[in-house]
Parts: sequence; structure tokens; C-alpha cells
Amino acid sequence: MSENQDSRSRRYWRANLLLMTKLSVVWFVVSFGCGVLWVEELNQFRLGGYKLGFWFAQQGAIYVFIALIFYYAKAAVALDKQFNRGEDC
Amino acid sequence: MELSTITYWVVGASFALYIGIAFWARAGSTKEFYVAGGGVHPIANGMATAADWMSAASFISMAGLIAFMGYGGSVFLMGWTGGYVILAMLIAPYLRKYGKFTVPEFIGDRFYSDTARIVAVVCLIICSVTYVIGQMKGVGVAFSRFLETDYETGLYIGMVIVFFYAVLGGMKGITYTQIAQYCVLITAYTIPAIFISLQLTGNPLPQLGLGSTLTGSETYLLDKLDQIVVDLGFAEYTTQTRLSTLNMFAFTASLMIGTAGLPHVIIRFFTVPKVADARTSAGWALVFIAILYTTAPAVAAMARLNVTQTLAPENAMAMSIEERPKWFRTWEATGLLKIEDKNNDGRVQYSADADSNELVKLDNDILVLANPEIAQLPNWVIALVAAGGLAAALSTAAGLLLAISSAISHDLLKSTFMPQISERAELRASRLAMALAILGAGYLGLNPPGFAAGTVALAFGLAASSIFPALVMGIFSRSVTREGAIVGMLGGIGVTLAYVFQHKGIMFIPGTEFLGGLSPNWFMGIEPNAFGVVGALVNFALALAVSGLTSAPPERVVALVEDIRLPAN
Repeated sequence: MSENQDSRSRRYWRANLLLMTKLSVVWFVVSFGCGVLWVEELNQFRLGGYKLGFWFAQQGAIYVFIALIFYYAKAAVALDKQFNRGEDC
Repeated sequence: MELSTITYWVVGASFALYIGIAFWARAGSTKEFYVAGGGVHPIANGMATAADWMSAASFISMAGLIAFMGYGGSVFLMGWTGGYVILAMLIAPYLRKYGKFTVPEFIGDRFYSDTARIVAVVCLIICSVTYVIGQMKGVGVAFSRFLETDYETGLYIGMVIVFFYAVLGGMKGITYTQIAQYCVLITAYTIPAIFISLQLTGNPLPQLGLGSTLTGSETYLLDKLDQIVVDLGFAEYTTQTRLSTLNMFAFTASLMIGTAGLPHVIIRFFTVPKVADARTSAGWALVFIAILYTTAPAVAAMARLNVTQTLAPENAMAMSIEERPKWFRTWEATGLLKIEDKNNDGRVQYSADADSNELVKLDNDILVLANPEIAQLPNWVIALVAAGGLAAALSTAAGLLLAISSAISHDLLKSTFMPQISERAELRASRLAMALAILGAGYLGLNPPGFAAGTVALAFGLAASSIFPALVMGIFSRSVTREGAIVGMLGGIGVTLAYVFQHKGIMFIPGTEFLGGLSPNWFMGIEPNAFGVVGALVNFALALAVSGLTSAPPERVVALVEDIRLPAN
């Protein structure tokens, strides 16, 4: 029984790490990627009066950060439920 | 009504509100004093975190910095918001599950060592004290500019206010005053921005106004700005890089992980009821922060446009000194703005060329504070900006002071030196520690040490290179040992301090910078303010190497790590 619980906890943790890794990639791409590394290439495109790279660095990255945190909060609760590791279990 | 009378009324009303909250939210137990009883709603905590986090630097200085750094100023915008993603995923939920009162407490337990706890307390005190000096100075400066008191009087009034709600209420009092302070500061920041965006572009949302065309014209605001600054010989606003791509990368990364490692921010997440709440609360904090942080770049560009066009109108003569606007004269009196008619033509020639430029000084901090005057907004808006700046400085100062005093009363007294102390005695000790911390911060605000100029940079670099890596390894590794963590923290903070000191002087005393302050001497062209991320890498490398050489952590520590990873009890 306890073996079973242990392996379930391990699978929960692995799923959590995978989720975090995926979201970290997005986090890195919108800020360090679009905002810094590829900013010159993106600046050739426009979003209204904004050059696109400049928009990511001063606006877009921040909006994506907010979306990422709420997505993580929601997905993590789903994981908690799926593996019976949540606070309400 | 006179401007100064309105300002007294608005600032006085906001202070009365804070004191009222202090009496209502008194702390009756150590749990209330340290973590507000652990029952704060995640949205309320998000709002309090936003006020805790946004300091006088965010409110007053940031938009001015961006106005002159252009695209390069993005490091502050991304760095000071992106850290919340790391905080929400890597730190806050696990420390909430651990469920105790302070950051050094976690480090001491996870690394099964009083030495590790004390090293963490020292790192915490160094970064929080350097940070709090800047806030005390901000309070003094705001008072002296807007209420025409002297700097010292302003500082004393600020200390008395913080004393009331922080000593009486601890985290509980601070939480509810921070919520009120957030409302004051965000109103004060956005109202002038909305007015100015409307005037320039006709769009009430500054975030959209920044990407719109100018009123009565087909030209986009940012294109116009690029053109007029380039015409004067400055770098193009939207593409001006801060030194190099690598430096921008390192600067952004240092601010992000510094944010996720600052103890006064982390302890805010100990106040929510559940692990799941810690995750969403970080999201709400970022929403409330983003309202200011997405407005700031608009304020920056619009202020730069307004100032540049006032000084050097197109198709017209340069600004006449005789007919210069009233705000210009007011700010000249503070010494933050200075003109010098070099060619004696009675006009101000403004250009990037240092020899012919006649605007010899324009301090970054003026832009936000003078913005309402430049845009000719009504007096009550100017009074609101004064109250907002004070709210930003006071709320951050209180959060920092709580982090300092709880490290002293809880981690040093209760956990290390006097474990038998009763709860009542500990509560008294924490109030005493808070009072002493306020006096200490006030003293340093009155006699700012030589290093005060670099305080914010130092605080972020230190948190990034010491506390953040220790927390991440404590949660995500079962094998990092006490020796590894201690060597890592000392090595990381040591490297960062050494780099800052060797280029900016020991304790920032001019003349003691033994490797020279100029960029050719910098490691890979990374400026000292951006070095925290390198210190963090040193910390990780040392900790992992030393852990490989020392005996593994005991069973109970491995069990603790397993336990904090699971939200369920």
C-alpha cells in the first residue's frame, strides 16, 4: 500500500516537473527570446505603432507572464486531483 | 485652493487611513505578527504583495529611467515582472506547504544546520537593510518636495507612521495597510497617465495609446519620438540597447531571480490559507503589478516626447528662457533641472552634443513627479502623485522591516539562542526588534552611507546570488548537503560583492575601486548591476560540487523535501 502511495507521489512530482519545464520554455521564449535575442528580427514586423520586438520587451512579455501563472495554478490543481495529492483529498 | 494645501489634505487623509487600519488590525499572537494568522485571501494578498514589491524606485524612478534608456529600459520591465513566474512555480507553493514563518527558518531546517540559518539571516539582513535605506530616502525626498518641509522632518513623520502600524500589527497590520496603499499608489499613477494618453493620442488606455497615432496626425507616437530624438542626435528610442545583448540578458535574469529570492516578497505567500492559494496569489500579485508596469513604458515615452517638444519644438525656435513654463522654474529650484545659456541667445539649445547642449541637467526622477504639471493637469492630481509616492515608499519599507525583525526575533532568538522563550515573550521581542529596525533604518536614512547610491542593485544582486539558489536547491534536490548550501551561499554572495566593490569601490567609497569602474574592465561586458546571475551560477556550482564530496543529508531531511513537494498533508 505504502509502496503504491510512494510511486504515486513520484509520478505526481514527475508530471509537475514536466509541466514546469514546458511553461519555463514559454517564459524564456517571450522574454529572453522575443524581448532580447531576436528583437531586431521581430522589429521588422509591426503591431499598430509598436515595433513587434519592442512590444514584446515592454508589453507582451508581461501579459504572457500573467497568463503563465494562472495557467500553472489551474493545471497544478488538476494534477493534485489526478494523483490525489491535493489539499482537499 | 493652493497646491500645497490640497497636498496636505490628500497626504493627511491617506495617513489617517493607515493609522486607522493599524488600530483595527492589531496582532494578538506570533502567528498574526509573522504571517497575519495565515488566513489572507489570495487576491488580497496579491494586492498587498504588489504594494510590498513596488517601491519608490518603481513609482518614481522607473519611468524616468525608461524615458532615457528607451528599449534598453525593458530590462526593468521584464526583470521585475518575470520573477513572479519563477516565484509561482519554483518557490511560493513549496514554502507555503512547509508552513512556518520565515525564509531562514526553511534554510536552517532543510540544511539541518544553525550555521546555514545564520548565514541566511545575514544575507537577508544585508539585502533588506540596503533596500530599506532607499525607501527612507524616498519618504524624506517626497515630503521635502511636495510639502515643503525639510528632509529630516519628512523622514521622522514617515518613521512615526510606519512605527504605528508595523509595531502594533506586524504582518497583519502591514497586510491591510498595504492593500490601502496599493489603491492610493495605483490611482496616483494611472490617472495622470490616462490624461496624458488622451491628450496625445485620444486613447484613454496608455497601453494602447503608446501604439497609436498622434491626435490630428497619421504618424504613430513611437515613430514621431524616434524621429525627433534622432534629429537631436540621440539614439533611436525603440532600438537603443543597454550596452550589449549579453548585458541585457544578464541584467534581466539578475532582476528576475533577485525578485524570486527577496525574503520580504516570499514571506507574503506564507499568509494565504493553502498551497493552491499561494500559486494563484502570485498571479494576482502580477496582475496588480502589471497595471503599473505596462503603464510605465507609456508614461516614459509620452513624457520624453512632451519634454523634447517643449524644449525643441519642430518648425520653431528653441524654447525661450524668458518664456519657459512654470514647472520648469519649480524644478530648477530643486537643483534636479538646470539650464545654461552657453551661446547667450536667450534660448535653450537641446541636443546630444555635450558642447552645445544647454540643458545641462535633467534628473530621471523628475519625469513622473513633474508629469502632471507638464501636461497641465489640475492640482488635485499633483497632490495625488505625492500621496502615491509616499504610499509606495512606506509600504515597501514596512515589508522590509518585518522581514528584518522576524529574522531577528524568530530565527536568531527563538530558533537559535533562546529556544525556551514563551510565545508572549517572542511577540514582545518581535515588536522590540521592529522598533529597533525602524530606528536603525531612520538613522541610515538621515546619514546615508556611501553605498546608498547603489542600494537597489546591491539588494537584487545579493538576493539573486545567495537566497534564491539555496531555496531552489532546497526544494528541487534531495542530495544538496548542509556544507554545500553554506559554501554556495557564501561563495555566491562573495563573488557578487567582490565584483560590485572592485568596480564601484569598496562599500561604494570612491577611489577604492581597485579594478576600475569603466566597461573595458568588466567581465564579458556585464555591468556590476547585472552581475547577480553570475553570482547565482557560482552558488549553484559550488553547492553541487561540495555536496558531492560530503555525506548525504539525513533521512528526516529527505522526508521533509518529499513532504513539501506534495500539497496534501
